[in-house]
Amino acid sequence: MGAGATPAIEVRDLETQIDTKLGLIKAVDGVAFTVDPGETLGIVGESGSGKSITALSLLRLVPRPAARIVGGEVILDGEDLLRKSEAEMRKIRGRHISMILQDPQTSLNPVFSIGAQVVEAIAMHAKGSRDSLLKRAIEALRHVRVADPARRVDDFPHQMSGGMKQRVVGAIALGSSPRVLIADEPTTALDVTIQAQYLRLLKDIQAETGLAIIFITHDFGVVARMCDKVAVMYAGRVVEYGPVREIFVNPAHPYTRALLKSVPTIEEDVERLYSIRGQPPAFWDMPRGCRFEPRCDVALPHCKQDYPPEFTDPGSGKTRHCASCWALEETEWTRNRS
Amino acid sequence: MQDPSSKAAPEAMISEAKPSLARAIAGLPVVPVFILVFLLIIPALTADFLAPHDPVTGSIPKRLKPPVFFGGTWEFPLGTDRLGRDILSRIMHGAKVSLSISLVGILLGGVLGTALGLIAGYFRGLADAIIMRLVDITMALPSILLALVLAVSVGPSFQTVIAVVAFVLWALYARQVRGEVLSIRERDFVARARVSGASHFRIIWRHILPNAANTIVVLATLQVGSVILLEAGLSFLGVGIPRPTPAWGLMVADGRQLIVSAWWIAFFPGLAITLTVLALNLLGDWMRDKLDPKLKEL
Amino acid sequence: MKRYLIIRLFQSLLAMLAISMIAFVLSHLSGSPVDAMLPDDAGPEEAERLIRLWGLDRPYHEQYLVFLGNALQGNLGDSIKWSGQTAMGLVLDRLPATLQLGGFAIIVSTIIALPIGVLAAVYKDSPFDSFGKLIALLGQAMPNFWLGIVLIWVFAVTLNWFPTSGRGGLANMILPAIAMGWFQVAALMRLTRSAMLEVLDSEYVKLARIKGVPEWRVVWVHAFRNAAIVPLTYFGLIAGSIFTGSVVIETVFAWPGTGLLAIDAIRGRDFPVVQAVVLTFAGVFILANLIVDTLYAYLDPRIRYR
Repeated sequence: MGAGATPAIEVRDLETQIDTKLGLIKAVDGVAFTVDPGETLGIVGESGSGKSITALSLLRLVPRPAARIVGGEVILDGEDLLRKSEAEMRKIRGRHISMILQDPQTSLNPVFSIGAQVVEAIAMHAKGSRDSLLKRAIEALRHVRVADPARRVDDFPHQMSGGMKQRVVGAIALGSSPRVLIADEPTTALDVTIQAQYLRLLKDIQAETGLAIIFITHDFGVVARMCDKVAVMYAGRVVEYGPVREIFVNPAHPYTRALLKSVPTIEEDVERLYSIRGQPPAFWDMPRGCRFEPRCDVALPHCKQDYPPEFTDPGSGKTRHCASCWALEETEWTRNRS
Repeated sequence: MQDPSSKAAPEAMISEAKPSLARAIAGLPVVPVFILVFLLIIPALTADFLAPHDPVTGSIPKRLKPPVFFGGTWEFPLGTDRLGRDILSRIMHGAKVSLSISLVGILLGGVLGTALGLIAGYFRGLADAIIMRLVDITMALPSILLALVLAVSVGPSFQTVIAVVAFVLWALYARQVRGEVLSIRERDFVARARVSGASHFRIIWRHILPNAANTIVVLATLQVGSVILLEAGLSFLGVGIPRPTPAWGLMVADGRQLIVSAWWIAFFPGLAITLTVLALNLLGDWMRDKLDPKLKEL
Repeated sequence: MKRYLIIRLFQSLLAMLAISMIAFVLSHLSGSPVDAMLPDDAGPEEAERLIRLWGLDRPYHEQYLVFLGNALQGNLGDSIKWSGQTAMGLVLDRLPATLQLGGFAIIVSTIIALPIGVLAAVYKDSPFDSFGKLIALLGQAMPNFWLGIVLIWVFAVTLNWFPTSGRGGLANMILPAIAMGWFQVAALMRLTRSAMLEVLDSEYVKLARIKGVPEWRVVWVHAFRNAAIVPLTYFGLIAGSIFTGSVVIETVFAWPGTGLLAIDAIRGRDFPVVQAVVLTFAGVFILANLIVDTLYAYLDPRIRYR
């Protein structure tokens, strides 16, 4: 972990709106985090919490024209990506920041050989003869541990297994050696044994190259294995943020606690898995106060009125441990200026 | 927590918004329904007593009169043809022909195709193989040529046109209904009916057919327009409805040679076809979106 | 791939066989085909000759085999209306004109329809998309014969931009090609648009954008290559209907092709010629589908490697 180094990516107050038939909704509402080189941030939340839209916002690839990034900053190399032109942004995608998608079955173009698809990823940001590009593509495939890559470049996606396809997607995403990789639930669609292999692979590549990874998942087991720090998202906002150990040992937000309680563990002999009652609020019908209040076990009368400010654990280190919950007002946590 | 079915997923909402947006644009069937009622249904039903003139016998002294706003009179609002027959009256009677041909043809082809599709999808096996091969062959046959051959061998008539229409249509029904049945027969209520000892006929009639009804209705609506076009084309070529019955396609054929001197003879019947088919297609698209979004771009 | 193509070839032959059977049955529908085929002033020895030639004194299945044997050699009898010429010879004489016009119409409609369909999907719900929708709606509603007549009236007679009829240079082909192709443009455009919409929404298009692929390349290489498979499957159907459409269009524009021949033959009750046209058209139609299947396999590796 590059302590003290400049962060690989810094996100401030990101806001993304989506225009739906039910009105304008804020799918991402003031999200902020930083990731250092060689560090992994986990973004955790239920489906619909805004995780994936956050990820696509960083690449400026939110589904147009319905979705629009309306505020915030995404700082990479000291420059705000949200102020770049589309042409500049195109040179940054793949080269500086890249992404692995959830479903390997549909992520690869069925009509092109995998070689052609990896070559294209490299050729977008490098010049070279066909042969040298192909060589680099084979190298990239070897890097993600595709066996016998020189022969497999002529294969088409339908000839490969899901795990192998996801490796190819990895080779495409990492083909131009980006510094930031977003992985959007990359193992959800894979078999359990393949999942472990794939996570190991990402870890190894990270150790080798100092890649900063933003790992989107709803699985706390994966978070424990992969991440250095965690942002817990609920209804478009980060409700808790901090080092992974802190979050596991000392979760501050009732939603985080509920999520952790609903993770099955081998040690405990639980009769029935905990599940959070109710549904997340609809985006077009957001509560005025805390968005988790309707489902919260420890809600105060105050929670209905105002959205809670952010509190920081005074004992936390370089990576601050913060959470947005009114219950923290009565503790030693300090309220942040907003 | 890992419940992916939460209602608030913005991704899900975007994809939900899409069809309704398209529906709103292609949608609103008010205009097509209006056109259909006034151009097809009312004229067809009332031609016999509301048409101002006799559609078949004209008066030679009053031949080739232009439409009312082009130097003609209100006596013949859309002008007269070479034999002095009133174009408006003929278009009204032509609506009757178009409507009855498409209704009877679709009914015949639809019933035949649906029955064969039900058999193929429900019993599978040999029946399925034979029926589907027949479908392939039928679909490979150019319909106009078939009509030509029929017209030569048995002569053009109302029945010939109906036969051609039914022959062209049955295959499409058989294929769609079969596909539908294949999925319906795997559903629980069919298994339950089978366990309780219902006969094949009863299962098909009471359980499968009602569930395939949407597909059948949408197909029928989508096809009325193309059947009207087919009939018009056949009549235009002289292998459809025989003269002097006022059919829209025939009227266009009659006016073809006079398009320069008396454009209205060919123009108005063609316009009637265009507007009617346009309205029917819009209505069909709308029905499909409403009832059976699976049937894309047929 | 080989297996797939062999199956397709076999199915095509089967379809052709079925069509020949239908043609055979139809020729018997109106009683003895000899009556239909003979000119009114023919003597009994003429009838005798035909009966022997067609084997009409034998049982039906044998008759069919004789008919099939003759048909395979391109022998469908002599024309009645155009004496001294064989039915097949007449059709083959006229076929180039039809192929020329039909081919021109197909090429022009494809060149027009695909880009409009793609752009309508890319700029969904824009004025351009609505414009495309209007073109499609009109194309699928106007009867082609009427469109042809109106085109002649406006552009050939009133404006005098194009010749009214007949075969000649490029100018002669423009109006008939529009009348023939508009419907196909509409169908192709709608298919392309909906296929593109689906593909543009796919994960692999997203991944292409993540790689930094420029938008034009995303649309025309990544998306279009996939979307093209869908309209292509209908292409055989479209080619077929263009050729059957030639019956109507050639009549309207007095274009001396097989379609016009068919109509003339029907009016002259020249049954052998009608039969020859039907079999030829069906053959072209089936051949077009076979070519499409081959192309399809080439475009879609999932089929190529089966």
